[in-house]
Amino acid sequence: MTHPVPTAQSGPDQGPAPVVLKKYGPRRALRVDLHTLSLLGILAVLVAVGGITEPDAFLDTGNLQLVLTQASVIGVVTVGVTLVITSGGIDLSVGAMVALASVWASTLATQEYGFAGILFTAVLVGLVAGLVNGVLIAYGRVVPFIATLAMLASARGLALMITDGKTQIVTVTSVLDLGLPDSYVLGIPPLVLIFAAVTAAGWLLLNRTTFGRRTIAIGGNAEAARLAGIDVRRQRLYLYLLSGLCCGIAAFMLIILSGSGQNTAGNLYELDAIAAAIIGGTLLSGGRGTITGSVLGVLIFTTITNIFALNNLQSDVQQIAKGAIIVAAVLVQSRTSRTET
Amino acid sequence: MAPRSTLLTMSGITKSFPGVRALDGVDLEVRAGEVHCLLGQNGAGKSTLIKVLAGAHQPDDGEITWSGAPAVLKSPLAAMRLGIATIYQELDLVRGLSVAENVFLGHEPVSAGFVVRARRARTEAAALLARLGHPEIDPGRSVGELSAAQQQIVSMARALSHDVRLIVMDEPSAALDPDEVDNLFRIIASLTAQDVAVVYISHRLEEIRRIGDRVTVLKDGRAVAAGLPAGTTPTHDIVALMTGRKVEYVFPPRTPPPAGRADAAPVLTVEGLARKGEFAPIDLEVRPGEIVGLAGLVGSGRSEILETVYGARRATAGRVTVAGKALRPGSVRAAVAAGIGLAPEERKAQALLMLESVTRNVSVSTLSRYSRAGWVDRTAERKAARDATRTLSLHPDNPDTPVRTLSGGNQQKAVLARWLLRGCRVLLLDEPTRGVDVGARAELYAVIRRLADEGLAVLLVSSEVPEVLGLADRVLVLREGRVVHTADASDLDEHRVLDLVMEGSPTP
Repeated sequence: MTHPVPTAQSGPDQGPAPVVLKKYGPRRALRVDLHTLSLLGILAVLVAVGGITEPDAFLDTGNLQLVLTQASVIGVVTVGVTLVITSGGIDLSVGAMVALASVWASTLATQEYGFAGILFTAVLVGLVAGLVNGVLIAYGRVVPFIATLAMLASARGLALMITDGKTQIVTVTSVLDLGLPDSYVLGIPPLVLIFAAVTAAGWLLLNRTTFGRRTIAIGGNAEAARLAGIDVRRQRLYLYLLSGLCCGIAAFMLIILSGSGQNTAGNLYELDAIAAAIIGGTLLSGGRGTITGSVLGVLIFTTITNIFALNNLQSDVQQIAKGAIIVAAVLVQSRTSRTET
Repeated sequence: MAPRSTLLTMSGITKSFPGVRALDGVDLEVRAGEVHCLLGQNGAGKSTLIKVLAGAHQPDDGEITWSGAPAVLKSPLAAMRLGIATIYQELDLVRGLSVAENVFLGHEPVSAGFVVRARRARTEAAALLARLGHPEIDPGRSVGELSAAQQQIVSMARALSHDVRLIVMDEPSAALDPDEVDNLFRIIASLTAQDVAVVYISHRLEEIRRIGDRVTVLKDGRAVAAGLPAGTTPTHDIVALMTGRKVEYVFPPRTPPPAGRADAAPVLTVEGLARKGEFAPIDLEVRPGEIVGLAGLVGSGRSEILETVYGARRATAGRVTVAGKALRPGSVRAAVAAGIGLAPEERKAQALLMLESVTRNVSVSTLSRYSRAGWVDRTAERKAARDATRTLSLHPDNPDTPVRTLSGGNQQKAVLARWLLRGCRVLLLDEPTRGVDVGARAELYAVIRRLADEGLAVLLVSSEVPEVLGLADRVLVLREGRVVHTADASDLDEHRVLDLVMEGSPTP
């Protein structure tokens, strides 16, 4: 693919001749940074711990499929949240959006339209909720923390109103079938494939497109981005829309996984997603984000949960371990960023 | 001048960061009651040295003697306890707190061990501000409401609130008007009269001549000259020491416009542009190849005019036309689309993505050009960025360099390269040489003149009158948001401009 070099007055022959032609360092794409390596190391240690403490239960194919499936739902949410955080924003409403989308998509009225009705509704509800967030933040100039906090409260409220607190059982078999081993592709559950697709899309979006560049630019320095001619507000709107879209997809996945819609679905997803993004290496202040890191963060969290459950440890111990990991990861991060400057 | 006792000796100070040896055995000797100037290009080690002095960095090697006794500055608090105060270039005040709270931050007057005696803090802060010649600053006001100059006074009051014997000032005059600089120098003189030593860092040689006693020049982490007399050392000697080469600190010659361009239609036309409370309606035209300068004090509306032309501020009246096409007011995107580029005053805050590489900083305004359906062709992007930075001789010649590691002059070139790549027709330059070394300035002037020669229309704002006069073809002198004089730069001199700028009240 050739591109015309767009130069008004930048032909190299017009300037002073460059003295030395420097060789460039290794290509960015091929370089695995230290942080990613350390996350892989943590994950390897966890797998080793699981394999040693419960060799039969942990390394069982069914268990590994379960771990990946569980990681998939929160993982899709985390991809959206990572993009928002990279832009210097925050989305606290992801869990509530998942709940709202999952109950709206599983009402009896929606179920009449079958597979397409459920998928369409889940995605649409996520998009609309994301749109409200985006409009409030980008054009209403509401601080992201407040706007998404308000969405968290009202989306959960609306979800409760729709279900009246009851679990809505899904009876559409074409949806439920996606959760059964018969639909696995080469042993991989369809939900994991969805997660992989969303991850790949998120990675490409952030690292290979103008959209990703603009996201990083407004996260790194919103004023500079504005003065460089970037439409900062529209970019913000798109980012919250994307986060809503991810929540809609996650809600559909959750319906497959649980066979139902509940107003308590996606509880505390916001915390898990933000924590996974942060330990993955995305800067909470914006300007630097990594989808790979976020996915590893999600896998680490889900693996811990699984190992604890297999070893019959209580969830309170789990929470403490997660908290310790978050602190450790952020400490490592601030060390490395300090030596860089 | 009576011989003074040595207050501080730093010898053989070494400090390395990963990949860089910032200080390579620096010696510095400061005497009580003197103004000791520290000169050096960006990256010479000035900042690291004063951070060692402030206790913010620990040296790897070397010795520090304070009042004749060995001293270890293991933390900023330890340095402060000895009587060393540092006023950083980026002021470290808490905007949400009041003046008095900022002055006594960390050592508030307390009773019963923890109850802050707010009234006493206010009285003492008021006394310090009065001593600094600024009794009009209300200690109860929030620091965020103060001007940059006032904030600097507060910073200084904070320094004086300790029992201070040495004050380090890092480019204190960078954000100040000439009369505010005069006031600063008065304060410095009264401090030295009380035997307080001042370590003064500035790029402006004329200031060093006015107030400095002795000069130490740093280059590449070493002191290449120490204790030079500030008043009498010739400028070209100092510049040569700083750069390691002889530099002609001159402006490029104005080239006569090629035939046909002299009466070319103006590419930028501003008619009756105004912003209520900031500047009165202004008319100006800039032709291709022409550099028009706006001269005036801080607060005269210079930067505001530039930002309004650019659409970053919405005009309350008037219009901006580029090549005959009127711009939608208040829209940066419209201005950029029409071919205007801005190199803003605060490079780091307003122009650069400090976490990113040179390439990504340069390409941010032209992304759609190396992309198809949103996909960035990174090879084409990097090649375009490298071509643009090479024409400006940006150093180092590696587009993957993180922009935060560049010197001020090269960071400015990265901003210019962004607009070059965009193929812009009008370049708005706000303080293009702020924070740029003396040696690098001449190079930047040459670049700006060359861009104009290649057909760009340049609108330049600078608080340094010689810069406007030396670089611009035509100059508009501003006072309190009004144009008071327009003339060819060759018909003006510095005194005339300063007279115009400060002349009486706005209404005759």
